[in-house]
Amino acid sequence: MANPTNLLYAKSHEWVQDMGDGSFRIGLTDYAQNELGDLVFVNLPQEGDEVETGAAFGDVESVKAVSDVYSPVTGVVCAINEELLDHPEMINQDAYGAWMIQVNEVSDKEELLDSAAYEALLSEEA
Amino acid sequence: MGSYVPSTLQERQEMLASMGLTSIDQLFEHIPAQLRLDHELDLPSGKSELEVSRQMNRIASHSVVFDSIFRGAGAYDHYIPAIVKSVVSKEEFLTCYTPYQAEISQGVLQSIFEYQTMICELTGMDVSNASVYDGATAAAEAVNMCCERSRQTVFCSSAAHPETIRVLKTYCWASGHNFVLVPCREGKTDLEAIAPQLDKKTSACLYIQSPNFYGQIEELDKAAELIHSVGAKLIAGCNPIALGLLKTPAEQGADIAVGEGQPLGMPLSFGGPYLGFMAATSAMMRKLPGRIVGETTDVDGKRAFVLTLQAREQHIRREKASSNICSNQALCAMTAAVYLAAMGPQGLHQAANLCYQKAHYLADQLCSIPGVSLKYTGAYFHEFVTELPQAEKVLSALEREGILGGLLLEDGTVLWCATEKNSKEDIDRAVEIVRKELL
Amino acid sequence: MQLLFERSHCGRGCSLLPASDVPCAPLDDSLCRTQAPHLPQLSENELSRHYTELAEQTHGVNNGFYPLGSCTMKYNPKINEEIAALPGFTKIHPLQPEATAQGCLETLYLADRYFSEITGMDAMTFQPAAGAHGELTGLMLIKAYHEARGDFNRTKILVPDSAHGTNPASATMAGFQVISIPSLENGCVDTEALKQAADEHTAGLMLTNPNTVGLFDLNIAQITEIVHNAGGLCYYDGANLNAIMGIVRPGDMGFDVVHLNLHKTFSTPHGGGGPGSGAVGCKEILKPFLPDPIVVKDENGYRFSGNNPQSIGSVKAFYGNFLVVVRALTYVLTLGREGIPEASTNAVLNCNYMMNRLKDVYDMAFDKGCMHEFVMTLENLKKQKDVSAMDVAKALLDNGIHPPTMYFPLIVHEALMVEPTETEPREVLDHAIDVLHSIYEIAQAEPEKLHEMPLHTPVRRLDEVGAARNPRLRFQF
Repeated sequence: MANPTNLLYAKSHEWVQDMGDGSFRIGLTDYAQNELGDLVFVNLPQEGDEVETGAAFGDVESVKAVSDVYSPVTGVVCAINEELLDHPEMINQDAYGAWMIQVNEVSDKEELLDSAAYEALLSEEA
Repeated sequence: MGSYVPSTLQERQEMLASMGLTSIDQLFEHIPAQLRLDHELDLPSGKSELEVSRQMNRIASHSVVFDSIFRGAGAYDHYIPAIVKSVVSKEEFLTCYTPYQAEISQGVLQSIFEYQTMICELTGMDVSNASVYDGATAAAEAVNMCCERSRQTVFCSSAAHPETIRVLKTYCWASGHNFVLVPCREGKTDLEAIAPQLDKKTSACLYIQSPNFYGQIEELDKAAELIHSVGAKLIAGCNPIALGLLKTPAEQGADIAVGEGQPLGMPLSFGGPYLGFMAATSAMMRKLPGRIVGETTDVDGKRAFVLTLQAREQHIRREKASSNICSNQALCAMTAAVYLAAMGPQGLHQAANLCYQKAHYLADQLCSIPGVSLKYTGAYFHEFVTELPQAEKVLSALEREGILGGLLLEDGTVLWCATEKNSKEDIDRAVEIVRKELL
Repeated sequence: MQLLFERSHCGRGCSLLPASDVPCAPLDDSLCRTQAPHLPQLSENELSRHYTELAEQTHGVNNGFYPLGSCTMKYNPKINEEIAALPGFTKIHPLQPEATAQGCLETLYLADRYFSEITGMDAMTFQPAAGAHGELTGLMLIKAYHEARGDFNRTKILVPDSAHGTNPASATMAGFQVISIPSLENGCVDTEALKQAADEHTAGLMLTNPNTVGLFDLNIAQITEIVHNAGGLCYYDGANLNAIMGIVRPGDMGFDVVHLNLHKTFSTPHGGGGPGSGAVGCKEILKPFLPDPIVVKDENGYRFSGNNPQSIGSVKAFYGNFLVVVRALTYVLTLGREGIPEASTNAVLNCNYMMNRLKDVYDMAFDKGCMHEFVMTLENLKKQKDVSAMDVAKALLDNGIHPPTMYFPLIVHEALMVEPTETEPREVLDHAIDVLHSIYEIAQAEPEKLHEMPLHTPVRRLDEVGAARNPRLRFQF
């Protein structure tokens, strides 16, 4: 799957979408969901929780493993995608449509890659 | 000397020779000399099976087996059906490991699934795990399920079993939770006393046992209302036999139901192995610690059972696991399942009813003796406390007649118990001895 | 196989209890449950056959070879079962007067002395019900020790990255922060990294030796010294004790507290996942903190000495899984001072024999020899032929052999950990070796066949993803 050009990417394989109103949506890239395998559960923070760049805000579970998901921004969670709680497989089926959290009051962002730079990173890792 | 090593000395030599070695010591040569034991272990010499049997039989004979038991206090003398012992001594169940390889463990996995179902039915809750070590540790694990973020204060009824209170105190100290004892009034938890201490930000849970340590039936629905008003959880400690008769924790609003499963087919065994059961509402399912068995299908579409939701557990989450528990009490859980299946709903109701009737008869008869009276007047299931003059003398007199009387409590009162095993004859005989002693 | 609830017929049942022989006492309806529980209604005949059918679909050590690494699936002697069923043990109430429970107290006392001797410790508690429970208890002892010294800065526990998952989980439950210590290429502790990590915040170190790849860490004396010099204590995970009994003792390696798995090393049956016993032993310095009560002996006999003011309290009600201790004591009395080291030396012999005859085809994680268990790595086979550890394990099932432990330790990729134990006859080992060789051949010639296995088990590969996504954890009536 091509990585959408309107998104930015973190080295830890999360994507970031600027919603245009000061808030950002965060999810896992297609590469990440493929590496993780079939997801069975997603642990998300609550609205109002603070998140920090580089710190884990939640995790995703497959049958035999758990993986942390890291926040590329510092801010406050203003919404979570509750559908994922009952249907974690949405991340496997449509990684870029299945946003995990939305964050506002953003005070810091780590250095993010555009889709071309992210693709370059992936070919290096291969 | 006894040994379970099949290989003969010659076979060992051959195996060594296949590796180019001549002595077993060579396999340990790499271990630094200063660490190695330079003397034999200070243990008795090994024995033949006959000698071991003789020695252990002798040791066992040094304890007194009472014909008639009127003591409960966390360990109950119930009738164990013969089918229970027969099933749990089957080699396959006894000698298998945790069913990680589901394809060859369907027997064990199905039996746990059946157990989980029966615990849900008994307690009325939505989901049960495959068991934990005992009732006291089940309470501790339940407390763990409720403590999160700022909610770190744990309220515990002082009418709970003293051992449970001790275990909770120890676990709370280790994890850094705040432990608060709730006082009693007239043998029951004094809810009014903690109402002012409850707080929306810091209160995590309230643990109440019903029937409690003194045998009194608590008002769990009032407790649920109170603790829920600050968004905290109610953990109900319950007795599985009593649940054949009494209102379930679910009916009274509990979030988690835990208890000691020993009454379901396990002998007294000087305290163990016992069984901790844990059941919860579906909202709390993913917080349940320990093993859980789920239903699924195999590649051919056959129904099958498998250990599931493992990503909660220590072998995957490691330091981020909410509990370190790795095993359960599998064979004890199977014991409970066979017991409940053998009893059926009728049998369990009958057992519960008999316990209730016998205990009330015992109480009536004891209280007909001058000086003996019930300490608490609330409703009780199969245990009650009496004032008893010269309690130690009375209990010794019973002991001499092969009867284990009630438990002497710190304040000189006595906690009695009766179960379906105590016949009217037994009860009358015991009461007569008490009466004579107090003349 | 049908579930009990599916076999159930309304009105069937067993006749187990007599009618009431006492006057009827009234019971308020408001106290009663409104609906009876849905329990199965079956005759004893049907119940008996149900469990026979379940037993036929369960594979135990009694059925065949069970080389599950780190679990020590040794033979469970029948005499232990007979002794553990004696009424003088099973019918004793935990709160009987001490004078009437002398046999039980003597059992605990002897077990304390013998296990202390085997481990090089000064005292034992049998309260913990399982290995993980023992770990938690041992860590609590360490915590109490530092607090008693007034040192509340000891907040960290050092754990090697090769450790069993219960180690860091127990440390977290005991309120500590886990610091992971990397392993060297040979699976042993990186002593340089350990020196860096051990400081005034170190409460202790958790370690097993032999380690989780089956090797004896030769630097063990140095390792425990490093931790002691930093003011911490050393905890020994006894899961691998079967390799060294009577040869080396944890107490002599510098450990201050240990846990034993009576259901591994000391032959008590696993029961499908319990009950076990995670007995904990400690040196004199930690004795004051042991859970109450302890058994002591005086001129009057055996009694409990309780109310130790510095005790951590209790980790379980009463005294532990007593009947499990009875079995373990019976085993130790049977083996005695000669049989205990004989068990360990032969565990190591059987293991080396197996590894030596497999290393021509299978890659070993560390092939310079092993102790009581060895680790195979299927990493290359996965890359070359797409055959994983899981595939080999499932192929073994078709041959009536329980697979080794899969995917542990985490530091080895595609790991299979094999622990034959000392109670297996040579021909069983030879047969397993032959089967593994033939599986290797299939992996080379027709690897896709292995993805289909097992073929001959009662059920085949399961949908674990579905089970986790849509949990069905009970029968719905």
